[in-house]
Amino acid sequence: MYKTKEKIIEFILKTTALITVLTTIGIIWVLLNESIIFFKEVSIIDFLTDTQWTPLFANKHFGILPLISGTLLTTIIAISVSLPIGLTIAIYLSEYAPKKLKKIIKPLLEILAAVPTVVYGFFALMVVTPFLQKLIPEMAGFNSLSAGIVMGIMIIPFISSLSEDALSAVPKYLREASYGMGATRLQTSFKVMVPAASSGIIVSVILAFSRAIGETMIVAIAAGQQPRLTLNPFVPVETITAYIVQVSLGDVQHDSLEYRTICAAGMILFILTFILNNISFWIRKKFREEYE
Amino acid sequence: MKYKLEAKNIDVFYGKLKALNNINIGITENAVTALIGPSGCGKSTFLRLFNRMNDYIDSFKLNGDILIDDKNIYEKDVFVDELRKNVGMVFQKPNPFPKSIFENVAYGLKIQGIKDKEFINTRVKDALKQAALWEEVKDDLNKSALALSGGQQQRVCIARALAVEPSIILMDEPTSALDPIATAKVEKLIHTLKEKYTIIIVTHNMQQAARISDYTAFFYMGDLIEFDKTNTIFTNPKMERTENYITGRFG
Repeated sequence: MYKTKEKIIEFILKTTALITVLTTIGIIWVLLNESIIFFKEVSIIDFLTDTQWTPLFANKHFGILPLISGTLLTTIIAISVSLPIGLTIAIYLSEYAPKKLKKIIKPLLEILAAVPTVVYGFFALMVVTPFLQKLIPEMAGFNSLSAGIVMGIMIIPFISSLSEDALSAVPKYLREASYGMGATRLQTSFKVMVPAASSGIIVSVILAFSRAIGETMIVAIAAGQQPRLTLNPFVPVETITAYIVQVSLGDVQHDSLEYRTICAAGMILFILTFILNNISFWIRKKFREEYE
Repeated sequence: MKYKLEAKNIDVFYGKLKALNNINIGITENAVTALIGPSGCGKSTFLRLFNRMNDYIDSFKLNGDILIDDKNIYEKDVFVDELRKNVGMVFQKPNPFPKSIFENVAYGLKIQGIKDKEFINTRVKDALKQAALWEEVKDDLNKSALALSGGQQQRVCIARALAVEPSIILMDEPTSALDPIATAKVEKLIHTLKEKYTIIIVTHNMQQAARISDYTAFFYMGDLIEFDKTNTIFTNPKMERTENYITGRFG
């Protein structure tokens, strides 16, 4: 009786794990299949080198570069906002803040990541853009700058929380060694703690990067829907995710070439985040035992 | 008699717990003073008063005066980072930074803002020589300090402390993580270092205190039970409790 019960439980546990894995495999399978059909009609070389993305127009171009540039532009803006702020917060929390304060601030910060992204999107469109337009009159209503800035605010807790964990995990005796030499808190932070925690900090940035690349709602609302190969942060662009939303919600016929573009675009998105997550996994594994 | 360091009427509290109780002691210049006593007797806390390492503990509270060269180091006009350039510290577990041997020893100089490479090179070399490590590492100064053996790492830490030319060195059980051969090397080193430095060493090892120190202070439950020349403490202690401890009857 006891053994049967054990076996049933084991079976349930195994099935749960399997379902998760199978779902992932299923998604990749669909993406791959549809992409293969897509690439029978559109050459991979055109796809990767053409500088225009106009699959919904009469004159069709299938160059993914404008979508990639839109994605990277918003993401890089987001990281340039969140990295300095997130790292400063992490250093403050781990090296300066009293323990009690840290216990209050850290969960509060994580609320930032819990705000629905649609709220952020409207915040970017209705608050940040009008404000920036006062400073930069030539800025368009949809632009990558405000979308990137707001996305950067959203991912601050990714960087601050994970970097703070990494800094706190640095052995106490290194901090003592530095203080013992007469180093100030600032010197100890930047010359000992940050280098010692660098692998964890890099991982936090990569995860934030990967989160920003996959972010959809903010960029779909605030960055515009005009695929454009540009580094100008003041004009509308379109990210891979925003394009997928546009087509999914639009009146494009299913099972058409236009519809399959979202699978090809999705495949690129998947490959990008897959590579980033693997790099972070590799860094974590490689540097884990460094201080043992 | 003039002392290099003096503790006057020292009480230390951690929150409500009293860790040290009315300690008065004078430490002689260019001598080795050993602090002994069972775990939790307050000897490490006492050692860390001299470079204010207890300041980072939230509940720490101190009454009394700690004087170095007649100057109270807990007064408001004392800068902790300046103080620690004069009072070096070597810790229980070797704690080199995850940097090269050279960068470890040069750390104290670099945080002082010294840029002169020639000067730093000379100081690093001198410090490694004083720490009896130069011959072993002179060809691979750029190697990570973490790649060295435990005993070598501890001597890197000693060299790191010496490079800024302090006048006092605090050692918190510096050999407790080392094997007997490495311990012997560090002990020999301490013996030569006292010519230039005033050394205070916390140790669990009675034989070590007897071998290397000139003065010994015996702490028990936050009280200083006895303080005298090491010879006297180990051959003719005045207090029964000291005798019981050094003969191994408790502790």
